[in-house]
Amino acid sequence: MKKRKIADCGQEQGLELHQNFFNTLSEEIVFTILDFLGDNPLDKKSFSLVCKCFYSIEAVHRRAIRPLRTEHLPKILSRYPNAERLDLTLCPRVTDASLVAISSSPCGSSLRSIDLSRSRFFSAGGLSRLASECVNLTEIDLSNATDLRDPGAAALAGARNLERLWLGRCKLITDMGIGCIAVGCQRLKLLNLKWCLGIGDLGVGLVAVKCSELRTLDVSYLQISNKCLPSILKLPYLEDLVLEGCFGIDDDSLSTLKHGCKSLKALDISSCQNISHIGLFYIISRHEGLQHLTLAHGPPVTAPLAASLRKLTMLQSIKLDGCSVTCSALKVMGSYCVSLGELSLSKCSGITDEAFSFLVTRQKQLKRLDITCCRKITDVSLAHITSSCTGLTSLKMESCRQVSKEAFVLIGQRCNFLEELDLTDNEVDDEGLKSIGRCSRLIVLKLGICLNITSEGLSHISRSCSKLVELDLYRSSGISESGIVAIAHGCPSLEMINTSYCYGITDNALMSLSKCTKLHTLECRACPLITSLGLGVITIGCKQLAKLDIKKCNKIDDAGMIPLAHFSENLRQINLSYTSVTDAGLLALASISCLQSMTILHLKGLTLSGLTAALLACGGLAKVKLHATFRSCLPETLLEHLEARGCVFHWRNKPFQAELDPKCWTMLGDTLQ
Amino acid sequence: MEDLEMDDEETLCAETWLKPSSGNSIPQPNQPSFTNFTLPKDQPACEDPSLLDFGVRIGTSFSKYSLAPDHHGQSLQSNNSNRNQGNVNQQINEALQVGKAQDWDPPAMLNNLSFLEQKIHQLQGMVHIIGVRRGQILQQSDEIAMQQQQMITADLTSIIVQLISTAGSLLPLVKHNFAGPTDGATGQHNRQMSEILCNPGLGLNATNTGESHGRGGPNIPNQSNQAGPTGDTAHSHPLDERELKEEDDADEGENLPPGSYEILQLEKEEILAPHTHFCTICGKGFKRDANLRMHMRGHGDEYKTPEALAKPNKGNGSEAMLLKRYSCPFVGCKRNKDHKKFQPLKTILCVKNHYKRTHCDKSYICSRCNTKKFSVIADLKTHEKHCGKDKWLCSCGTTFSRKDKLFGHIALFQGHTPAIPLDESKGAEGLFEQGQATSGEKTKVAQSINFSFHTGSHNGSGVKNIMDVKGSIDDPCSYFSPINMNSFNEFSGAAFDDPDGGFSFFIPDSCNYDQKNDLDVVLQASEQ
Repeated sequence: MKKRKIADCGQEQGLELHQNFFNTLSEEIVFTILDFLGDNPLDKKSFSLVCKCFYSIEAVHRRAIRPLRTEHLPKILSRYPNAERLDLTLCPRVTDASLVAISSSPCGSSLRSIDLSRSRFFSAGGLSRLASECVNLTEIDLSNATDLRDPGAAALAGARNLERLWLGRCKLITDMGIGCIAVGCQRLKLLNLKWCLGIGDLGVGLVAVKCSELRTLDVSYLQISNKCLPSILKLPYLEDLVLEGCFGIDDDSLSTLKHGCKSLKALDISSCQNISHIGLFYIISRHEGLQHLTLAHGPPVTAPLAASLRKLTMLQSIKLDGCSVTCSALKVMGSYCVSLGELSLSKCSGITDEAFSFLVTRQKQLKRLDITCCRKITDVSLAHITSSCTGLTSLKMESCRQVSKEAFVLIGQRCNFLEELDLTDNEVDDEGLKSIGRCSRLIVLKLGICLNITSEGLSHISRSCSKLVELDLYRSSGISESGIVAIAHGCPSLEMINTSYCYGITDNALMSLSKCTKLHTLECRACPLITSLGLGVITIGCKQLAKLDIKKCNKIDDAGMIPLAHFSENLRQINLSYTSVTDAGLLALASISCLQSMTILHLKGLTLSGLTAALLACGGLAKVKLHATFRSCLPETLLEHLEARGCVFHWRNKPFQAELDPKCWTMLGDTLQ
Repeated sequence: MEDLEMDDEETLCAETWLKPSSGNSIPQPNQPSFTNFTLPKDQPACEDPSLLDFGVRIGTSFSKYSLAPDHHGQSLQSNNSNRNQGNVNQQINEALQVGKAQDWDPPAMLNNLSFLEQKIHQLQGMVHIIGVRRGQILQQSDEIAMQQQQMITADLTSIIVQLISTAGSLLPLVKHNFAGPTDGATGQHNRQMSEILCNPGLGLNATNTGESHGRGGPNIPNQSNQAGPTGDTAHSHPLDERELKEEDDADEGENLPPGSYEILQLEKEEILAPHTHFCTICGKGFKRDANLRMHMRGHGDEYKTPEALAKPNKGNGSEAMLLKRYSCPFVGCKRNKDHKKFQPLKTILCVKNHYKRTHCDKSYICSRCNTKKFSVIADLKTHEKHCGKDKWLCSCGTTFSRKDKLFGHIALFQGHTPAIPLDESKGAEGLFEQGQATSGEKTKVAQSINFSFHTGSHNGSGVKNIMDVKGSIDDPCSYFSPINMNSFNEFSGAAFDDPDGGFSFFIPDSCNYDQKNDLDVVLQASEQ
């Protein structure tokens, strides 16, 4: 693609007699070409830089914008008149003026979605303009607008066509505000009110009365009681209801429910302290069409409760995370429940081999299974899982310490459809990995704290798992350079890799990883052998790099920062603690316009003025973690200025930690056992 | 019975009206007319159910009166009842004048009378004009007619009120005349007379209601008096007759079976009168009978007797046992006895409040919110107690003291929405502005920070705060060690190349990298 473009450009410049090839193509065809340039925003940028014609075509074609700075909003909005989706998550400071600019821009009327979930500093006035002028707005994300009060909500009510609204953590909105929204936005299909602590029964009740088209409603952690529940359940199209952490709902209120919601498909009643198995029994028995049920952190799951699940003939998934599940309950579920696709028993106490084996031998259709921290489970269960649920696509079994290393071979032998496998903190060894290598569809593989694996095992994985996207090797200290090199060769689509505390990782490993061009997250904390050279090479290769953790890589210094600053235009988040980076490196880093989050603890070479300059220069900073000593040193006015730009400071007061002995972690693990 | 009553009345009247003539110093040219005009003749007219209460009464009295020489030269041929009314008033005035004994003030009375005369003349003129116009414009809208009628009614009411207050000073004289043999009957006669004096005014709207139920307010307490020590049943007769009639009318009583109660209907003016109980000596009005009785003590020892002070007791006679229920004079009202689903009102107070609330303008405006209006002053006072506390406001302007009531209201009505109190939204906006201002200040402050590395002249003119601050760092070498700079400058040019141009403070010449498009530097978009 690029070559052709370059050739095309050369032709245009060199031979003016010939017309641009692309002029013969219709716009639609170029649009179709552009559609394939989806993944990397930089590709589109390159495309638009080819010529004026491409520039204008790209401008007309683009539908979604994610600006970095609100200062340039007017320009951007006038360049992209057809933009429908505006994602402002990278702009920490969005003022009313910005919102007014958006609403009065040419794309204001075509705008369908706006995301303000990470932005602050706007108020009711701006929202009111947005709501009144962007008439086609169907989606607004206002999560985390903790300053937003009822007038803001009332302003939002002007967006009559709104269908999806997120108000998570808008703690100051009360019933009055949500009442305005309920009356104004009657076409709402999705409403998220999680953590809106100011909203009570009346507000939610009114929403249920007025917004009859609601499909999805999240009222988690609201102080609601039985008063609004009947009206919620009367919603004719409600499919997904989340009642997580609603302490006001108790057994009495559920027992008085005359009828449930017929359309309801997914119900989440996690962490409702006042609902016992009796209340659950009532609500389950009135919703026989349920497909997804989440009862996490709820009352003990006993046989009678499990038996009531048999009425749910459509049930596909059930999550019982954190509940104490009795053996009889597991057996009842195994005998009576319809065949489930997903089962999550993460951190459930009381799960034994016998009962669990019985369950999985009956539930042969399981696709996703989560048995994280079911510490009583042994080889027996794993043998039953692998033999009966051969169609598993996701298996999470972090910290199943009782499962011996021999058992992991079974996973590779029988479950060849696995796409996600979490073996964190397990006894799996190279033999096991060799077997798991047969799961050629693997996308996510987590091998953190697997102290028995070495590079040899990883090389088996790399040979067949070419689709691997995420690999976690956190504290798997047996991994050396060769393993990473093998992965880098075998898994070109790798996007995330964590090699923290793998002390054997060298620059060579990073150089080979630079071939994984899609890599966007690299965590190589405490890899003492890595130098600036390795970092430099990887930044040249992996242009997509957005998250970088090089904490405690003491050999990385300013020389590594400069290529990083130049090549990694997409870098958002960096952890530089304990490195040898100094003022100059930090200042260079500050030129990355994307950079939003920095953790700068215990940088020996960092001076106060260098830090000041870097903070000022880095305009997009949203979050900075600094040592508490800087707090008193930095001028108060500077801090105020940065906070006004939207930057949040986190002050840490941890003393300088010398690197622990590599074996220390192992010993720590042993004592835990 | 009727005869009995008639006799009784006649004797009373004869005495009443004859007496003053003996000791009257003022010439009374009209005196003969009083025998004809006076109350006894009124009473039967009033009883006649087939005729309009007031019109008939006036008609009767007028015809009697017309036999006498017309002292004021008013046109007797006038067929306008209002005008007749004026005449009647005049006559009553004169009657009162006649009835006045030694201790009244003739010049004051004359003053009053001439004033009234003037007013009546004005009214006369007005009515005349209306009459002429009506003749000319046949297609007169009902509304205008109503307005005219109301205007005239209002004028007449004021005349009558004045008349009554004037008459009030005469009545005690009448009473005094009977003071010798103080028996219950005569006392009642006096009262009755005073009622009747009031009646013409209070019954003005009789033509509107079309029914002869224009009983004066004082009639009602009087009724219980009728069962006095004398046991004289004659006075209750007119009520009997009316009861019979009303039983026919109110055959659809709801809670009470028809006939188990009697229906009384006060007239509009009576309902709206500020006072219902008037002192017969000084004319002062009272809202409550008890207050009047308390007041009466000041007029003499005879009012201090336990009997006089006692609450007029009810329930001695068989008729008085009947429950009393009230009808609203407004035709078409559910509380009007002619309504199909008539629901009677329990007390006079109910009548008053109902009439004011339902059929009158809301003239009392809350001084706090300036929006809420009331027709009953007590309602206003109740509201003012809570005004401002009703913080739950609907977009329609209705306020609620309870949030759940507001939400119930909103759930019920389409289009209504909770109204965020203005002060709250203002406060929030104020906060916002303040926030803007402070953040602006901060920016400015930050702009003018004199950092240790700042050596160049401060370029603080622009609004582009951040860039300016950065732009002002002209010479990094003065601050950074040269060792660092060697490797640093190579890359920094492009690295600090900012779209706004003011950013490149690190030797831009050394830049070997592509110039970035200003938008694309800051823009990162992903295709949906």
